[in-house]
Amino acid sequence: MVATPASPASPASPASSKAPVTARPLHAAPVPVARPSAADMLSVAEPVFEIADLEVYYGKFRAVRNVNMTIRKHQITAFIGPSGCGKTTVLRCMNRMNDLVAGARVGGTLRYHGVDLYDPQVSATEVRRRIGMVFQKPNPFPKSIYDNVAYGPRLSGIRDRAKLDEIVETSLRAAALWDEVKDRLRDSALGMSGGQQQRLCIARTVAVEPEVVLMDEPCSALDPIATARIEELMRELVSRFTIVIVTHNMQQAARVSDTTAFFTAELDPSADRRCGLLVEFGATSKLFSNPQDERTENYITGRFG
Amino acid sequence: MSLAPVTSAIDLAAKPSWRSVKNSIASGLMAAAVLAVATPLVLVLASVIAKGAGVAFHDFPDFFTETVPIVSRRAGPGMGPAILGTLLVTGVATLIAVPLGILGAIYLHEYGARQRFARIVRFMAMVMTGVPSVVMGLFVYVTWTLTFGYSAFGGALALACLMLPVVIGTTEQMLKLVPDHLREASFALGAGKARTILSIVVPAALPGIVSGALLAVARAAGETAPLMFAVGAATAYNGHVFGGANTALSVQIFGNATSSFAAAQDRAWGAALTLLMLTFLVTLVARIVTARVQSKR
Repeated sequence: MVATPASPASPASPASSKAPVTARPLHAAPVPVARPSAADMLSVAEPVFEIADLEVYYGKFRAVRNVNMTIRKHQITAFIGPSGCGKTTVLRCMNRMNDLVAGARVGGTLRYHGVDLYDPQVSATEVRRRIGMVFQKPNPFPKSIYDNVAYGPRLSGIRDRAKLDEIVETSLRAAALWDEVKDRLRDSALGMSGGQQQRLCIARTVAVEPEVVLMDEPCSALDPIATARIEELMRELVSRFTIVIVTHNMQQAARVSDTTAFFTAELDPSADRRCGLLVEFGATSKLFSNPQDERTENYITGRFG
Repeated sequence: MSLAPVTSAIDLAAKPSWRSVKNSIASGLMAAAVLAVATPLVLVLASVIAKGAGVAFHDFPDFFTETVPIVSRRAGPGMGPAILGTLLVTGVATLIAVPLGILGAIYLHEYGARQRFARIVRFMAMVMTGVPSVVMGLFVYVTWTLTFGYSAFGGALALACLMLPVVIGTTEQMLKLVPDHLREASFALGAGKARTILSIVVPAALPGIVSGALLAVARAAGETAPLMFAVGAATAYNGHVFGGANTALSVQIFGNATSSFAAAQDRAWGAALTLLMLTFLVTLVARIVTARVQSKR
């Protein structure tokens, strides 16, 4: 499927555009469901994000344009493309992290379960509790391993010791880290290796039970073994979460993702600067074996980028 | 396994070069600078201990508990009221200046950022660092002491004014050193701004903030001029913060050292040593407490 301006998210029926303001389905708790078989999932799974004509500005500079896509539940969606094509920018819009950048502005619509994420009534804090993020560089807090994982649950008011212990254990298990750290939960997280720190960051994100986990090049600072562990982890986690991953590594996208979005950067005639745009969006197997757009084909075959 | 000795054509031995000469010169200069800085420090410390220890520890602990003799030519202890006075004045000043300074710095760095108001406040704080302590004493004398009379609190006000810009400056520097990716990590977990600052940013900057506060406390503890205006020079114990003239070690050092009687001059040396020990003790305790808090998290 080649992205065209009028693709998936546009059926803006009166119901879906009106309902969010009053009903606020943002408060609905994410319910884990069994994963349907890979074949029927691609088009059948419930849409989580519907993005239409998204564009992002930093001050006067337009960083990315023409982003149209539908991200579905319990899938791994990979964003690939050369540097400066706006992958990370789009990802950071999806949980309002771009709010923290002075001068960042968003155009078009970005709906999360039908709610416009940039509606003035939507609280960025509420959004981020449902849509977690793992960053490029492992960034554990300078606290103990336990307190790193317990930080999110404590934010939502969980004080009960036994409950916290349980959350910490299940989260660390989910991140395949429990066996390595169970005897030193009180040690500083800064004493861990890079790969362990990144898995701790995943555990910390998982601990708040988000519905979506956004990953911004989570393996770029890790060695191949740590990378393999995290990829394996992503395949396990996708049964509980919806995952969006930005990666520079095409093999990684091909290995782990169900759906792939290819971005590129082209000269923006109006600003005389390069501006990112979405070129192609579709099932990973199809995008890599039979790309519809020449630019995609050039990139994945290594003729460009 | 050992390697058989061979004669090689490759010579890896260090060779005399202009670079190594420059290196020696620079190292020598640095060593000289350290020596130049350390010499007066050691000399001051040595002379205070040499002349003060005999006085301060004679008939221990009389010097630290007895009141100041009213007739200053009489020999004998002590500095008890001055120790209490210094603790009161500096303690109250710390209670005023440290929380205010830390909160102010948090506002300046985390909320005000580049706004006009924050810039003005930051500039004024910088200017305040340069105000001589005498001027601060005069200010408190006019605004407080003339109305309410001598008291420990007046001195504390003057010292707090002196400490505030130091605390604000160092705290803001420390907050600047907290990397943004920690703030981002906290926001990404759904934490609000206040929560992020309290749970992540301030704890990460805490050792530096404590250092800054200690620097301010140590500097304030030795201030003399503002206390002479606001606190007075009592000779008896006065535990009241708001009522009546009090005294302080620095004030006693000044008064006794400028006296023409040998007994008073001896007491000044004793008081100087006491003040040094007090500052050292406070610094030590604060460091230990911070280390404890750090390792607990």
